[in-house]
Amino acid sequence: MGRAKIPRKSTNIDMTAMCDVAFLLLSFFILTTKFKPAEAVSVSPPSSVSDKAAPESDIVLITIDKDGKVFLSMDNEEKKEYIANTIANEKGLKLDVQSFKKAQFIGVPFNKLTSFLQLPDDQRKGDNMPGIPCKDSTNNEMIEWLRIVRSAYMGQKINLLVKGDNTSKYPSFKNVITAFKKNDLLKFQIITNPEGVPVGSELYRQAQAGIKND
Amino acid sequence: MAEMDTSSGGSHKKGPGVKKSKKMSTRVDLTPMVDLGFLLITFFIFTTTMSLPTTMNLFLPKDTDKPEEQNKIKDNSALTILLGNDNNVFYYEGMLDNANVSANFKSSNFGGGEDGIRNIILRKKANTDEKDFMVVIKPSDECTYKNVVDILDEMTINVVKRYAMVDISDVEVQLIKATEAASSK
Repeated sequence: MGRAKIPRKSTNIDMTAMCDVAFLLLSFFILTTKFKPAEAVSVSPPSSVSDKAAPESDIVLITIDKDGKVFLSMDNEEKKEYIANTIANEKGLKLDVQSFKKAQFIGVPFNKLTSFLQLPDDQRKGDNMPGIPCKDSTNNEMIEWLRIVRSAYMGQKINLLVKGDNTSKYPSFKNVITAFKKNDLLKFQIITNPEGVPVGSELYRQAQAGIKND
Repeated sequence: MAEMDTSSGGSHKKGPGVKKSKKMSTRVDLTPMVDLGFLLITFFIFTTTMSLPTTMNLFLPKDTDKPEEQNKIKDNSALTILLGNDNNVFYYEGMLDNANVSANFKSSNFGGGEDGIRNIILRKKANTDEKDFMVVIKPSDECTYKNVVDILDEMTINVVKRYAMVDISDVEVQLIKATEAASSK
């Protein structure tokens, strides 16, 4: 007789809290996303199975664009100042050191460096620049640049990075390597896009077995 | 407009002709909004992790002129890979002699097929003593940077411990040219 009445509950759930969380996360991700800075030299690197993240400080980056032109960029402003002064002394050039520190990349021969630094930032585009001469061993200014960079870092660790375009020809890469060797810089890293390890390959089996090799 | 009040007269408190205003709920259905929110979150999560560039470490050997410091390749245990124009790959095993050029000098590709370079490396690796096995990479002037990185990556994928990048010789350049010309006909 006296059956307990089960109150009917509504199936509607209050979505407000969930919505709050969703948008909080959303705004977090939007704000933390670093947009790629507009690159002065546009390059699309090849992909590799390597999973090591690129270093973020003390970078000396050498970019090879699709026409095989070579550019140099650095991030440490103290070192850049030292490098600018050294070049000004050695080559007898009048350089705007502040502008050198601000410059995103260097992409001209030594004799055009002064006028290159006088250009406003937005006109320094890789497409219009001749690149650092690095054609063969007789006219390889990259060797000099790296020698000065090396002296600026003086025993400290340099993260030497090479970023090349998919379609650039091999000789320009070879000449960059020659410049490395000439300066005893025997360890460098190639920037690539990540790619999955092919299933069934030896590396894949090793990864499955938990073997890590460097 | 032309509605008639058909409800029984007893229930309404307001006078006849006055419309009963419905009580609207102030609740909004937030489900689509949450859907959209999570969709955007997943998008941002994926795009942030995907664009991180990775690096491949490379060590260069020191150039040496003294013959006693140079590493010698043992005959037959080496695989030489040549990179040509247009993503072409050529290879030969051991040393290249005049006598066996046509039989030994073969072409391959970057594909994963039976005659793809990955299979050739694996076959050679299985057939040779592990401590003698060595891959020599010789990129020609015609090949692209991508080819070089791809072949270095192939070394990682197939766990080749010893490999070296060496300058190509004129004989090999001629061979590549001849083979490419013959295959394009």
